[in-house]
Amino acid sequence: MGLSAAAPLWGPPGLLLAIALHPALSVPPRRDYCVLGAGPAGLQMAYFLQRAGRDYAVFERAPRPGSFFTRYPRHRKLISINKRYTGKANAEFNLRHDWNSLLSHDPRLLFRHYSRAYFPDARDMVRYLGDFADTLGLRVQYNTTIAHVTLDKDRQAWNGHYFILTDQKGQVHQCSVLLVATGLSVPNQVDFPGSEYAEGYESVSVNPEDFIGQNVLILGRGNSAFETAENILGVTNFIHMLSRSRVRLSWATHYVGDLRAINNGLLDTYQLKSLDGLLESDLTDLAILKDSKGKFHVTLKFFLEEASTNQSADSITLPQDDNDNFAMRVPYDRVIRCLGWNFDFSIFNKSLRLNSGNAFGKKYPLIRASYESKGSRGLFILGTASHSVDYRKSAGGFIHGFRYTVRAVHRLLEHRHHSITWPATKLPITQLTSSIVRRVNEASGLYQMFGVLADVILLKENSTAFEYLEEFPIQMLAQLETLTGRKAKHGLFVINMEYGRNFSGPDKDVFFDDRSVGHTEDAWQSNFLHPVIYYYRHLPTEQEVRFRPAHWPLPRPTAIHHIVEDFLTDWTAPIGHILPLRRFLENCLDTDLRSFYAESCFLFALTRQKLPPFCQQGYLRMQGLVSTESLRQHRVESRLLRDYALTGRRLEDSSQQPGDQEPLGSPLVPGPLAQSLDSNKEEL
Amino acid sequence: MFSGFDVFRVGISFVIMCIFYMPTVNSLPELSPQKYFSTLQPGKASLAYFCQADSPRTSVFLEELNEAVRPLQDYGISVAKVNCVKEEISRYCGKEKDLMKAYLFKGNILLREFPTDTLFDVNAIVAHVLFALLFNEVKYITNLEDLQNIENALKGKANIIFSYVRAIGIPEHRAVMEAAFVYGTTYQFVLTTEIALLESIGSEDVEYAHLYFFHCKLVLDLTQQCRRTLMEQPLTTLNIHLFIKTMKAPLLTEVAEDPQQVSTVHLQLGLPLVFIVSQQATYEADRRTAEWVAWRLLGKAGVLLLLRDSLEVNIPQDANVVFKRAEKGVPVEFLVLHDVDLIISHVENNMHIEEIQEDEDNDMEGPDIDVQDDEVAETVFRDRKRKLPLELTVELTEETFNATVMASDSIVLFYAGWQAVSMAFLQSYIDVAVKLKGTSAMLLTRINCADWSDVCTKQNVTEFPIVKMYKKGENPVSYAGMLGTEDLLKFIQLNRISYPVNITSIQEAEEYLSGELYKDLISYSSVSVLGLFSPTMKTAKEDFSEAGNYLKGYVITGIYSEEDVLLLSTKYVASLPALLLARHTEGKIESVPLASTHAQDIVQIITDALLEMFPEITVENLPSYFRLQKPLLILFSDGSVNPQYKKAILTLVKQKYLDSFTPCWLNLKNTPVGRGILRAYFDPLPPLPLLVLVNLHSGGQVFAFPSDQAIIEENLVLWLKKLEAGLENHITILPAQEWKPPLPAYDFLSMIDAATSQHGTRKVPKCMKETDVQENDKEQHEDRLAVRKEPIETLRIKHWNRSNWFKEAEKSFRHDKEL
Repeated sequence: MGLSAAAPLWGPPGLLLAIALHPALSVPPRRDYCVLGAGPAGLQMAYFLQRAGRDYAVFERAPRPGSFFTRYPRHRKLISINKRYTGKANAEFNLRHDWNSLLSHDPRLLFRHYSRAYFPDARDMVRYLGDFADTLGLRVQYNTTIAHVTLDKDRQAWNGHYFILTDQKGQVHQCSVLLVATGLSVPNQVDFPGSEYAEGYESVSVNPEDFIGQNVLILGRGNSAFETAENILGVTNFIHMLSRSRVRLSWATHYVGDLRAINNGLLDTYQLKSLDGLLESDLTDLAILKDSKGKFHVTLKFFLEEASTNQSADSITLPQDDNDNFAMRVPYDRVIRCLGWNFDFSIFNKSLRLNSGNAFGKKYPLIRASYESKGSRGLFILGTASHSVDYRKSAGGFIHGFRYTVRAVHRLLEHRHHSITWPATKLPITQLTSSIVRRVNEASGLYQMFGVLADVILLKENSTAFEYLEEFPIQMLAQLETLTGRKAKHGLFVINMEYGRNFSGPDKDVFFDDRSVGHTEDAWQSNFLHPVIYYYRHLPTEQEVRFRPAHWPLPRPTAIHHIVEDFLTDWTAPIGHILPLRRFLENCLDTDLRSFYAESCFLFALTRQKLPPFCQQGYLRMQGLVSTESLRQHRVESRLLRDYALTGRRLEDSSQQPGDQEPLGSPLVPGPLAQSLDSNKEEL
Repeated sequence: MFSGFDVFRVGISFVIMCIFYMPTVNSLPELSPQKYFSTLQPGKASLAYFCQADSPRTSVFLEELNEAVRPLQDYGISVAKVNCVKEEISRYCGKEKDLMKAYLFKGNILLREFPTDTLFDVNAIVAHVLFALLFNEVKYITNLEDLQNIENALKGKANIIFSYVRAIGIPEHRAVMEAAFVYGTTYQFVLTTEIALLESIGSEDVEYAHLYFFHCKLVLDLTQQCRRTLMEQPLTTLNIHLFIKTMKAPLLTEVAEDPQQVSTVHLQLGLPLVFIVSQQATYEADRRTAEWVAWRLLGKAGVLLLLRDSLEVNIPQDANVVFKRAEKGVPVEFLVLHDVDLIISHVENNMHIEEIQEDEDNDMEGPDIDVQDDEVAETVFRDRKRKLPLELTVELTEETFNATVMASDSIVLFYAGWQAVSMAFLQSYIDVAVKLKGTSAMLLTRINCADWSDVCTKQNVTEFPIVKMYKKGENPVSYAGMLGTEDLLKFIQLNRISYPVNITSIQEAEEYLSGELYKDLISYSSVSVLGLFSPTMKTAKEDFSEAGNYLKGYVITGIYSEEDVLLLSTKYVASLPALLLARHTEGKIESVPLASTHAQDIVQIITDALLEMFPEITVENLPSYFRLQKPLLILFSDGSVNPQYKKAILTLVKQKYLDSFTPCWLNLKNTPVGRGILRAYFDPLPPLPLLVLVNLHSGGQVFAFPSDQAIIEENLVLWLKKLEAGLENHITILPAQEWKPPLPAYDFLSMIDAATSQHGTRKVPKCMKETDVQENDKEQHEDRLAVRKEPIETLRIKHWNRSNWFKEAEKSFRHDKEL
């Protein structure tokens, strides 16, 4: 889109100002939103911006979307599951097991229509992303490489500055908000003597023929390393794998970025003593030497430093010279580097302060839990590059996670710049239990982004109604009111999904006996992913969120409830799941949330001055629940209802006797059931 | 138990005589009349049963009498059976078999004679005998005046023990008499069986026996009332004894020794001690506080004033109350309580916990929080295996939804398969389908939102269950009526035509008003509404149409605005624009002028018009009358209402006596739950019919029209006037408490806390030798098991502290009122 189209959008004053600022007369086109990269995250953001009718553009250097997937993974097999059958019709639930689709309103744009494979081919992803952009008509400027990004201070701008993007042709784009979805594109390189001998994952041959009868050393212990090993496992003499830390199995860590079972063939052969092996050492201590035959030897940097420069490889001390059973004493034919990827910081001007040097300083740009850069307001990091928020915890670095965080960012922007409050459903308090049960059973965002995105229930005055907000970034809980435009004056619930506190970890045995919890009173000890509900009387402060107890995703609540883990992740059991949840909610709100038939409400209406919420909000509004005859019968049997037709006769027979208050006796069920309807009479 | 009995032993002997030998009563001395009289000693009491012949009835009595021998002997009263043999005729020997009696002698003076049926069991025998002997010690009274006279006479002299028992001869009566036997010389005992007397001194729960201690000895000013302390335990001999002992103990004791060492009679009686810590500077104020506390805790705990300055042991500087439990070996608690009420509630709280623990020991656990107490959830769960004829409704899916609701007029039930309320209503919905089978053009469909979440969200359905009607060319309409078969059926039937019906001729209008036009529909709408407009009243017509459309499914509406509309308006004396309301059941047609033509106002006029003057109140229609916010005047009737009563009330309605009420009647046959309501109002239940005024919206008082008066206009008017003047007493006040959580929840936060603190001390060595791994592994699991179990057992906290506190506060408040 050219200048003429964009100009009317920001009107004459801005135009004049822009001309004044750029006397060179090249008035750059201005956008409200610029998205860098048409990968999954960029397209996902474009989708939401488009649906909201926003002024935006996506810049993509390749001629089609998803260029990363045209090359990677090298062996073309995606390890994101494409589960096409779950036995359930619920589309939202099914997204829990669809790790490749982006969010859209169009059911044709589900990945299962693009591949039948459980672990699909990367080419299908490229095709899918292309279709996604085309079908939805997303505004992507292909073949546009943004070479430089800088800031231009301007008080008129939404964020006090514009982002100035310069593409490869020197064309300048001015953006109010910059959404960076460029992923991790720079191969990670560790600098050590001889590192130049290592071939990179990005360029190493994927043809197993090239490895026949070779000794291979692979540096790295991620999925790319194992994927590479898997491919050549059958033709090499042996493969040794070297990395700093022990192998992290995703089934033990519950983190999808760790080693997945599909790639772990080498673990099998290592443990069965089939020549392959794993070793731990810090790469920076090593050195690789190339001998005269072109073979590679592993030695220590220390020895290299000891020796004077320019010594031939053959004369440098090797560890096995002192220690003749040193593990890596055999020479290798090839060394392959599979050390992951880093964010490309190179195009961003220093003024953006994108990298402020934290633990992930090299790998990830530094951002807040709202995905906004700590250095520049209005700059958001989306997609894989935003994984610092939940690195090694949740799924924010993967499509099935960041599709939700992108939506959360979009909701924040809608409120910040367009005064559209965070979407919420307002419901009467009688629907509280149901609305939670519904979400924990179907919500995919909560399930995938456990511990990062959580639902928030904001209570209204006197707890008669509530607003239900979905998938809010919980680390921003303290700022909820300013970020969403909603009020949290009267207390709130947060619904989060969690694994057991001590369950996950690289060294954990996740198959121990008693790993599953079945009793509701032990629910807090549940290990597998299960819903946890936090109740706060007041919105926690920033301090409370920051200095929350160790291993707690949220500050200490007023009360907490765990819904006991479920083998089928189906939390709809009336006694096991719903009843304890109701009791928890009741005790937080100090009210009675039971449902009653119209007949009971009728009785209460005429024998009490106050009615329970269910009768107030249903029966008194002429929407009472009338029971059918068979349910009535069950009611009498369960002794939750006194059979008045029967007691009536009894009363007439013995109307002289006072104290005819005892409920009809069935010896099977002790008192409480029968009394429970009147129980607060008993208690107060 | 009663160590003082021997002192009071009075020589009494008891003789029983019978003609026939009775093996079961052989511990009773059997004597001839002559012999019996020769055994009587001066000053000694003796109970003798004179019997002539054996019969089954007397043998039951003799068993009870036999049981009474021991207890009466304890009081020095002898018991005997006297056999009336032919040779020795005594005047105590009745002439006939069934006229045999028991006689109480003191020396050889006859004190009382008892027909055997008053001595129905051992309790009655002991109670009656003691009652007769302690005639002076125990004053029996029947009214408040007597009580006040006794109270006045004893002020400054002696204390009174006043008790109410439901009848003479019951176990509580015996307990009081046994106490009187011991304490009769020390205290004046006063006894009543009059419930009214008990009520007049302000007691609650009058169905139980009560015992009060009147502190009259301290009262010097005759105009002052004696303080009263209610005994809270059930009336048993032991409890009364303990209670009197605590009353005898000094109200407040001053001590200056280690609270751990202090012991008073309270501890021996199993009651805790409360020390109010005092120092020189605040001694006077502390003493006043302590006295105040002592009175409040009288009978519940001993109260002492602990003088800190002269104390040798150290107590925490800020502690102002020390609490010592009655159990031995439990260390004292040092507390900081700045409010008298807090001290009281602390004591009561701790007594309460003790009770709970006792309960648990006896396997009498409180309600289980894992047991369903939601009637809808429970019944649906119990019914889950029954197969519903679901095939009578069309199940929709994401694919079929749009096509179906576009293709035909449909009712859609949006429900969630896991939600109990939805599933309960689904049954009614299926019942509607059964009733409509093959007769309706409306397609009954349902969609499970647990499966088709997106469809429901797109239809703006965010809560369940929801019923919507989809008609071609119209916006979907949400059903807003009762979630039951009848009302939904009515909604569907009435929606067979669209509203308001356009009436085009006078003749058609008359048919419409008479109910002829929609004969098959008027059973669903007892009122037909016809809007009369002149053809030019465009906005009025539009507004009426809007109102009619809004009310579709609930009431039949029609519109007439032809040129000859004046014919109708003249006939029914209505100035245009107007509404004609045809009440089909009564065959009446009323006209209502349409002053305002705003659609909302018209809806209001019509809904108001649907209300009857003296309706039968039912579960279904109560809400429409309830919202009028007026006190309900309900006539409870077992079956149809008596036409005379109805007439009387309708007359009052016409005379405007009942304008501030909602008069109605309730048929217990149609609405059996009405019995539950009556039970809340009356105890015992007087015979039906009953006329009751329930002030639901302000105060909750319930007034009953005297059941001995006839329900006729004059009596009703008189009663209403008395009510208005505030001369009638309410029979009960409806409880006003809020609906609190029925049961507590699991307190996971405390469980987590406990586990973390435990975890801190538990250290599992991190490095293990390989050979040990397996063993250790096993250990670890056992360890984990232990961690798992411990907190659960110790931490299953049943009550959140807060709610417990409220309960206790409430309780102490109630006790105050009683005093």
